[in-house]
Amino acid sequence: MDFTLDEDRQMLAETLRRFLADAWDAQRRAGAAAYEAPYHQPDVWSQLCDMGVLGALVDEAHGGFGGDGLDIMVMFEEVGRTLAPEPLLGTLMALRLLRSANAEEDLAAVMTGAVRTVVAWAEPHDLDAVDDVTTTATRTDDGIVVTGRKSVVYGAPGADRALVTAMLDDALAVVSVDLDDAATTDYALIDGGGASEVVLDATPGRLLLEDAGAAVHAALDAGRLALCAEAVGAMQHLFDMTVEHLTSRKQFGRPLATFQALQHRVVDLSIEVEQARSITILAASSLDREGSHRHVAMAKHLVGRTARTVAEESIQLHGGIGMTWEYPGAHYAKRLVMMDAQLGDADLHLRALTTMG
Amino acid sequence: MDLEFSDEERAFRDEVRTFLARELPADIAERVRHGDELSKQDHERWHAALQARGWLAQTWPTSHGGPGWNAVQRHIFEEEAALADAPRIVPFGLNMLGPVLIEFGTTAQQEEYLPRILDGTDWWCQGYSEPDAGSDLASLRTRAERDGDTYVVNGQKTWTTLGQHANRIFCLVRTRQEGKPQAGISFLLMDLDDPGIEMRPIRLIEGGHEVNEVFFTDVHVPVGNLVGEEHAGWTIAKFLLGHERTNIAGVGYAVRGLANLRRLATTTVRGGRPVIEDPVFAARLAELEVELEAMKITNLRMLSDVQEGASPGAKSSMLKIKGTQIRQAINDLARRVLGPAAAPFPHDVLEDPLALAPGDARATAAHYFNNRKLSIYGGSNEIQRNILAPQILGG
Repeated sequence: MDFTLDEDRQMLAETLRRFLADAWDAQRRAGAAAYEAPYHQPDVWSQLCDMGVLGALVDEAHGGFGGDGLDIMVMFEEVGRTLAPEPLLGTLMALRLLRSANAEEDLAAVMTGAVRTVVAWAEPHDLDAVDDVTTTATRTDDGIVVTGRKSVVYGAPGADRALVTAMLDDALAVVSVDLDDAATTDYALIDGGGASEVVLDATPGRLLLEDAGAAVHAALDAGRLALCAEAVGAMQHLFDMTVEHLTSRKQFGRPLATFQALQHRVVDLSIEVEQARSITILAASSLDREGSHRHVAMAKHLVGRTARTVAEESIQLHGGIGMTWEYPGAHYAKRLVMMDAQLGDADLHLRALTTMG
Repeated sequence: MDLEFSDEERAFRDEVRTFLARELPADIAERVRHGDELSKQDHERWHAALQARGWLAQTWPTSHGGPGWNAVQRHIFEEEAALADAPRIVPFGLNMLGPVLIEFGTTAQQEEYLPRILDGTDWWCQGYSEPDAGSDLASLRTRAERDGDTYVVNGQKTWTTLGQHANRIFCLVRTRQEGKPQAGISFLLMDLDDPGIEMRPIRLIEGGHEVNEVFFTDVHVPVGNLVGEEHAGWTIAKFLLGHERTNIAGVGYAVRGLANLRRLATTTVRGGRPVIEDPVFAARLAELEVELEAMKITNLRMLSDVQEGASPGAKSSMLKIKGTQIRQAINDLARRVLGPAAAPFPHDVLEDPLALAPGDARATAAHYFNNRKLSIYGGSNEIQRNILAPQILGG
């Protein structure tokens, strides 16, 4: 048994931590960079690509140097620590789909940052449906065309390409589409970062995967693990900020941290944070292995619940300060609450677990 | 025992409903329903409609222009107004300062200020909390030093709600440094146009602007603007807190919120079926309904006590805690019903045909975050528990 990270991963974590802390300090995270188009910092993204860190999300056989669940966990925990709204989630899921398709050229282009690629799977009729898709792909003499609408495509503002799920010959397929050929409407998310509505109307595409159900679900599972790790990083940071507030803020002549009613709540929170970290480690360790889907569902459920508790409790324990835009913790709280809705929330995964046996 | 309203009370409720149907401007109700920020004019129009009927100053005696309602009538109005999507009556002049002036003010102060509150000439805001004096309000440090016929005020107030619309502010200030902190506080009226006062907006977590901070630098205030005795401001503050607590449970808002939640869950399809058909969600909704039904009766029990002359006492703190928990739980479930559709930033919300949520639900996540304030303001729920604990446990 050994819960320490190996040296390479520790180095990746430290490199990312330093870089992101500088690129996404609290003031920038609360400002236009996160809340106005393109909802991230393109130069920071370029630097991340130039540093080669995206290779950590891809296995060696496909040109990367990682690709394991633990690599995803390490990377996204650092993202959560600073709340960097860089489009890493969409990129991760795109890399997973491209890997399933053995699309070596695309993989290389995404990893170097030459072609920023996101995944468009959700549709407005049912934002949780993965297999029940109304977007269609049709074979024509000139190749594949795609028609339909994709919703809440994370990271799409400013991206080059989208991997779109669509029905082809009565089965789920993944088609690669240039976003310049689609009608996109970009918007900020309430917790920072951006997404797009993508409308496709006989848009030309390139068929990437046929009969892609399993590959799509696997890519989403990788995304879910990433979100859990991001939440663990963010909740640990917010928890630390809350402790700092309680020890420094005085009311009634003494630090808030000396009030037993508050002490017990902080202790309970710390237990929840440790539990969230543990289930995320379990999901990371078993990704792509036996029990992967089940462990990811467990993690997404528990982390979703815990993230909201940490967010609500930290706001309450901060008092009015925690309600202000100016206070960095408020953005952590928003992110922690809203993250649950991404890629299936705690309830969805609870339902999934009850039917998985 | 009889849980029903009397015939007179039911007749009054009908009268209120008729009034709301006729006099509440439809555009304002729609903005309330959609959770849009209301303009100063929106509030003023609604106040004017109420004043035309004599229903604006609901807590004032008839001798000063109030409608002479009892606690049950006030409750009925508040519940019906919430159900009709009426704006909350801006409380600072009407429900806070008005009663203070009627109880503690001089005749001159009453004659000068009360009519201006009723006709909307003055918009008052509240200067209580300070950066280092929140839950521990008595530790406030903004000081007013006597200099001839004036007080010279220096310090800072915060969480001043809707101060951006106000022309006047009532403040708790420190007039004496010695002795118990509570014994050196005075209640002072100020004109926001006075030199030395600066108001700055505080942006809230969801992006909205409803609170402000106010800075005072050598502000000269006539001694005649003192309300009550010098150093006796804490008594007034405690009196005011009692008034702040009349509609503390927010039952009307909760009933309205729960109806909206049910509708949203019926029209939103997730995972192949309307959310309302999901047993996990349905169980949560049912639990909330049970809680709300119980709270309605707890609220009426308190009203009945008040009606018979008792002080609301412990029950008002209980209602604050439970009422805010229920409203926050409703906000939370509504956001979760929408899922990713709640994510767009409120100022960037998608319009038709790209909209992801019904018009009145597009600010759902913003509402959820904004309403985290419910358990913080007006005496946080922790402070309410501190009030309750010795009443239950002694000591």
